[in-house]
Amino acid sequence: MFRNVAELVELAESQNIKIAEVMIRQEIEVTGRSREDIFAQMDKNLQVMEQAVKKGLAGVVSRSGLTGGNSVLLQQYISQGNFLSGETILDAVSKAMATNEVNAAMGVICATPTAGSAGVVPGTLFAVKEKLKPTREEMIEFLFTAGAFGYVVANNASISGAAGGCQAEVGSAAGMAAAALVELAGGTPSQAAEAMAIALKNMLGLVCDPVAGLVEVPCVKRNAMGAANAMVAADMALAGIKSRIPCDEVIEAMYRIGETMPTALKETAQGGLAATPTGRALAAKIFGVSAK
Amino acid sequence: MKYKSVFDIIGPVMIGPSSSHTAGAARIGRVARSLFGRKPKWAHISFYGSFAQTYKGHGTDVAIVGGLLDFDTFDERIPRSLEIAKEEGMEVVFHEEDAIPNHPNTARVQIGDEQGELELVGISIGGGKIEITELNGFELKLSGHHPALLIMHNDRYGTIAAVANVLAKYAINIGHMEVSRKEKGKEALMTIEVDQPLDEHVISELETLPHIIQVTKLVD
Repeated sequence: MFRNVAELVELAESQNIKIAEVMIRQEIEVTGRSREDIFAQMDKNLQVMEQAVKKGLAGVVSRSGLTGGNSVLLQQYISQGNFLSGETILDAVSKAMATNEVNAAMGVICATPTAGSAGVVPGTLFAVKEKLKPTREEMIEFLFTAGAFGYVVANNASISGAAGGCQAEVGSAAGMAAAALVELAGGTPSQAAEAMAIALKNMLGLVCDPVAGLVEVPCVKRNAMGAANAMVAADMALAGIKSRIPCDEVIEAMYRIGETMPTALKETAQGGLAATPTGRALAAKIFGVSAK
Repeated sequence: MKYKSVFDIIGPVMIGPSSSHTAGAARIGRVARSLFGRKPKWAHISFYGSFAQTYKGHGTDVAIVGGLLDFDTFDERIPRSLEIAKEEGMEVVFHEEDAIPNHPNTARVQIGDEQGELELVGISIGGGKIEITELNGFELKLSGHHPALLIMHNDRYGTIAAVANVLAKYAINIGHMEVSRKEKGKEALMTIEVDQPLDEHVISELETLPHIIQVTKLVD
């Protein structure tokens, strides 16, 4: 059993196994289910993620009309070839948005770790798929690796926007994705932990301020940037860059920041972007119309 | 450890947009349906707190009715559940309550038909996890994540021990248990969450015990 990232890394490195394998073994031990059964369930989750991206890239619009179609715009832009950053990173951003656009449109998604932050992990996985050519098994392992880091955050801090702000949702998702990207690219468990620390550090303090209380604005674009953040953090860790503050302490800091964050900025739609003139006008329009 | 399984983190598979306001609401509705044991003819659903303020935007209304129609959190019929309920002759009324609940995401579900009625209160605590806090006036705590037994019985000595004995005989471990009653010596409710699946013959055997009124099985 691991309780924090340090123990997770130690379990993997002392036995010379992947972080994904540590998570799988713990799942077998805790639930008493077979390895095949656990793998099959994660494969199903992966299929849901694949279908959500496909659906989002075909174009969707939410019930409120606030979100939809941006993932398509970005794919068209990528295909024109004149982008400033990079193809893989923009592909990750587009696929992260595709997932959250489907979520906002009441489509089927897999929460990773929540519905509001469901885009980051699959977005990054499907973007690097073209480059790293992983096997199906490696793609499933990616989700176990991401799950292992999310498990530590959920049990030591929070993965709820209402409890810890967006840093707890998209911040956690970005950290999970960064760590899983490192492992998929062949990095060590220590490097995966560094990537998680770097990604999460750069999302500390991020508030949860959804317009009209809906999981749409700014959630879709926060997933976009969470994916970009994860990709860059993974590259930094693979380059040998370390976080001066250990991963577990970054998670602890995230928790403490969440505790001191004002309630108005924790999924109540009372502050931040939700409280801007445009945010309030959109809320009045949506609920004014739908209440009749 | 609040979260035990990797699938609490990578999961659940669900209809968007919110794990608490959509998936959790669907689960509350489905627990009510499962306890009632059949499709209700009518449903009165009262939303409190954040549920009352944002249920339309989050699809909490269609999700909870989807649950009453026995749809799982990922059932793609959920967005159409109000129309489906109408087609199937289920009358649904929503109430937005002003009362301040103990938990921001609270729903009271009253359902029934010619043969009976059921009333429960459910709360959605985050990530799709729910708890049932009240059933037919009895206070209780039920996570909805383990197989569970709800046993209505007469408040007599030895009844709880007899139930525990039957479970022990089939090597079923009790993870959480609560007993509550409205009045000494009258009707009481046992709520038992277990670690192993519950076969029908276990339920039948429990039903034959003295002082047992009704045994209902809930599966996660």
